[in-house]
Amino acid sequence: MASILKVSSNPHIRSKASTERIMQYVVIALLPATLFGIFNFGLNALLLVLVTVATTVLTEYIYDRCMKKKNSIGDFSRSFSGLLLALNLPPKAPLWIGIIGGVFAIVVVKMLFGGLGQNFMNPALGARCFLMISFTSIMTNFECDAYTGATPLAVLKSGEGAVKLSDMIIGSTAGTIGETSVIAILLGAAFLLITGVIDLKVPCSYIVSFVVFLLLFSGKGFDIEYIAMQLAGGGLMLGAFFMATDYVTRPITKNGQYVFGIFLGIMTGIFRLFGPSAEGVSYAIILGNLLVPLIERFTKPTAFGKGKKGGARA
Amino acid sequence: MARLTFRGGVHPYDGKDLSKDKPMKTIIPKGDMVYPLSQHIGAPAVPMVKKGDRVLVGQKIADAGGFVSAPIYATVSGTVKAIGPRRVVTGDMVNSIIVDNDGLFEEVEYTSHNPEKLEKKEIIELIKEAGVVGMGGAGFPTHVKLSPKEPEKITYVIANCAECEPYLTSDYRRMIEEPQKLVDGLKIILRLFDNAQGVLAIEDNKPDCIELLSGLVANEERITVKALKTKYPQGAERQLIYAVTGREINSSMLPADAGCVVDNVDTIVAVYHAVAEGKPLMNRIVTVTGDAVNEPRNFYVKIGMNYNDLIEEAGGFKTEPQKVISGGPMMGFALFDLNVPTTKTASALLCLTKDEVSETEEGPCINCGRCVEVCPGRVVPSRLADMARRHDEEAFVANDGMECCECGCCSYICPAKRQLTQSIKSMRKTVLNNRKNKK
Repeated sequence: MASILKVSSNPHIRSKASTERIMQYVVIALLPATLFGIFNFGLNALLLVLVTVATTVLTEYIYDRCMKKKNSIGDFSRSFSGLLLALNLPPKAPLWIGIIGGVFAIVVVKMLFGGLGQNFMNPALGARCFLMISFTSIMTNFECDAYTGATPLAVLKSGEGAVKLSDMIIGSTAGTIGETSVIAILLGAAFLLITGVIDLKVPCSYIVSFVVFLLLFSGKGFDIEYIAMQLAGGGLMLGAFFMATDYVTRPITKNGQYVFGIFLGIMTGIFRLFGPSAEGVSYAIILGNLLVPLIERFTKPTAFGKGKKGGARA
Repeated sequence: MARLTFRGGVHPYDGKDLSKDKPMKTIIPKGDMVYPLSQHIGAPAVPMVKKGDRVLVGQKIADAGGFVSAPIYATVSGTVKAIGPRRVVTGDMVNSIIVDNDGLFEEVEYTSHNPEKLEKKEIIELIKEAGVVGMGGAGFPTHVKLSPKEPEKITYVIANCAECEPYLTSDYRRMIEEPQKLVDGLKIILRLFDNAQGVLAIEDNKPDCIELLSGLVANEERITVKALKTKYPQGAERQLIYAVTGREINSSMLPADAGCVVDNVDTIVAVYHAVAEGKPLMNRIVTVTGDAVNEPRNFYVKIGMNYNDLIEEAGGFKTEPQKVISGGPMMGFALFDLNVPTTKTASALLCLTKDEVSETEEGPCINCGRCVEVCPGRVVPSRLADMARRHDEEAFVANDGMECCECGCCSYICPAKRQLTQSIKSMRKTVLNNRKNKK
């Protein structure tokens, strides 16, 4: 034999799955919500998406160059955080909001903690909450050409005005760029479920526990329309399927994922019902992110055959 | 209760079609034969011949070096050329007996027995004398396995016919071509355990074997065929026991602790040869396959033959292989030199034109949890691998790192192509060594 054989430890074959492919799928899954947002809100929404995505990609690239880091992971994972952040911005926000948010997401939340796979909270949500606190009036102003400022959840909370549930499901309501259309979000989520990128553990336990919380504490009892509006309104659908399922910032253990989902459901319920704001998904999720190490610690799986008794191996 | 499967596992490309329908072909060895003294778990065998001695086919040339050990027999006639270290599949140099094959194949006489008339002790003694070891890969001496402390507590004798490793078809051919020997071998083992029932556990990707064997055991009261869900690693001992009986054992337990004895197809046939025909373990079936080989097929091989001869018999290489593996792609050993002998545990020679491992680059872990989902040991491979890389032995053991069976599912599935099994495996070795040194 002329050439040299390659040697390595087992196993010698690899599945086709790759990180880049997963990231590509997640970005594709966000497209329906993105396109609907742009269609719904117009030019400024389009520009915000483009600017935010460009900012995150560029920031990560520059950071890697400055730190002399080699990053083999391609552009899909870089643009994912940017796209998710853009979908969480109000449609009329000035473009510099996207830039500041993008830089914050990448530098502060992601890269300073070690980059891809190391961030302790979802970069897009971290940045959104940073923007909410720093630029509250911009971040809570949902007024635009098509709609008056009140989001369905705000209407629901104050009881003034009315929103049709059908509009919420289609998405023709006020809100952030990507959160309004339940149909578009579920379309993307279905794609992720079918391709096996995400499973239902976190989204289901999140949504079910949130509904249970509403039944117990909303004071409205079993009011189907109210519950449906709570589910369709605000960032719940986007959060449950695209942000709470973020691999890096949810527990890796199976039982941990259920605990995580239930925690998110309860926190969202508390924030929405008892907090000053109508919305609570973002804060619930980043709070959940912080508890992940603790949750994982208490939900460590039981190893196969552990605790069984028998003679020690000779 | 039988679950017929287990939690976790993966479905790699199985490649069995390459060699599945090629009947066993007997190879007549030429040239020197090499018999490593360690072809099993336990003490190395002790040579009984010296340089210049003439040996016959079926002559014992090395005796067991202890209770957990096994003798070794010559598979050709000729003269002992040397006794010294030779390279084996794992890459180690192992003391070996080298016999210059004279091509005459003069054989010793064997005494056959009627297994029905033998005492239990005699059966075990015959198996021990024949040098039978687990031929699925581990090489644990079979007579030790068949001598548990309380034989009356054994309720299942499981014939491991899963053959879950991709590409391997040697067990499949054995079942198709010599099913009666398998059943008779299982009956011999059942003689040792009065309270046990025999189970032929076959993955459902081999419906022809299931049908054939079901027909053969139709009138056997104590033997049943169970079709298991096809999934890697269904043939792993602990997963197999769980699938057949619903009983779980951990890494520090023996199958006997769950009332089970598990033996692989070829091992059971070797038991049949040893007891009924009085023949020592001298042959095994080896699948020579992969996309680099001209004619992938199954060979009936005399143990001690050189791997190069197997390749030659398979028509040589079609294209230059990048990787040659002894065993299957999930748990086999990559060879850097084909000049090694076949041993009792060599089930396959897999020649691949592409090495998927060196073609991929490790990326950062994104915590996707796929390794957790596929792990049949129900541990968290990505975290264990991190602990292994940090050499945090304490955390590694506390997080059940020692429960890993090194099946390779986590590395296989990882989208970031991380070397999870590899890190965990080396840490396990370190822990085991440290434990040994402390004793």
